[in-house]
Amino acid sequence: MAIFSVYVVNKAGGLIYQYDNYVPRAEAEKTFSFPLDLVLKIHDEKAVVSFGQRDGIRVGHAVLSINGVDVNGKYTAEGKEIIEYLKDATNYPVSIRFGRARLTSNEKLMLASMFHSLFAIGSQLSPEVGSSGIEMLETDTFKLHCFQTLTGIKFIVLADPRQAGIDALLRKIYEIYSDFALKNPFYSLEMPIRCELFDQNLKSSLEIAEKAGTFGPGS
Amino acid sequence: MTVHNLYIFDRNGTCLHYSEWNRKKQAGISKEEEYKLMYGMLFSIRSFVSKMSPLDMKDGFLAFQTSRYKLHYYETPTGVKVVMNTDLGVPNCRDVLHQIYSTLYVEYIVKNPLCPLGETLQSELFNSRLESFIRALPFFSARAG
Repeated sequence: MAIFSVYVVNKAGGLIYQYDNYVPRAEAEKTFSFPLDLVLKIHDEKAVVSFGQRDGIRVGHAVLSINGVDVNGKYTAEGKEIIEYLKDATNYPVSIRFGRARLTSNEKLMLASMFHSLFAIGSQLSPEVGSSGIEMLETDTFKLHCFQTLTGIKFIVLADPRQAGIDALLRKIYEIYSDFALKNPFYSLEMPIRCELFDQNLKSSLEIAEKAGTFGPGS
Repeated sequence: MTVHNLYIFDRNGTCLHYSEWNRKKQAGISKEEEYKLMYGMLFSIRSFVSKMSPLDMKDGFLAFQTSRYKLHYYETPTGVKVVMNTDLGVPNCRDVLHQIYSTLYVEYIVKNPLCPLGETLQSELFNSRLESFIRALPFFSARAG
């Protein structure tokens, strides 16, 4: 049972804080000989498996490292294109590590803004009067919880589907935000949060929530 | 506990079927716009979820809920999307949506040689069977719950 990450989105839909608590990395490293039986293609500046599945390598996994050296987008560490490199038989046998690509900061910014809009559309398409936006989104691998304050700030928590007590955690994060970000005279509203005390208190409240404890007064 | 409305989309975004039972608020835009907005929202949610997910997903996006309603989603491998809005008391009803697809859509539309796929469904039989299926659901109550 784990809490994966926390996002804070301002009134305009921009991401102002992001913290990855626990990111499970499903990776597989294998040695291949020529010819490579997986088909790779370039997607979002990364070399991604488009066809072929074996031994924990799935469609959508990106090339993370070649022969132990991390790749740089669609190029190897030396600057050669990965797809060209792997077409050359003299480079084999080669050991490649595949896995789900980690999100870059830019991608996180775009996803946070995307969620901001989806939240509003969820409220507009409501068949009932007076509905809020999306408060909980469920998939088979994670549950996304969102709490929107009266001032328009959204606190978003991604957690394991079985994790309980996220509503209390969202209220607690709001409390920590008002104590350590809003009351900080050097913090400007709607700007990225760069307050050490906010980080520390957020981490400790995530630990408490994962252990399924409750937040006592003044904790 | 009640069902508000039901949408069925095909892989190109055409709304094949829409019916409502207990809808209290209209979206404020025309029906065509609403179908496009709903399809666009679901498409974006699917792409959002596949990027955000920390592990490889098998079923993908299942449902979302707001303070007043819950939207249940089921997509077949051929791209047919069944979407149902209910109130908050309804638990996971993915198997109900699967049944709508397999016992109603496949039986009365796909197997009907006179029903052109990819267009809005005109079959009276499908409509009446769907009505009785939804009204027979344990969580459907005609009074607003």
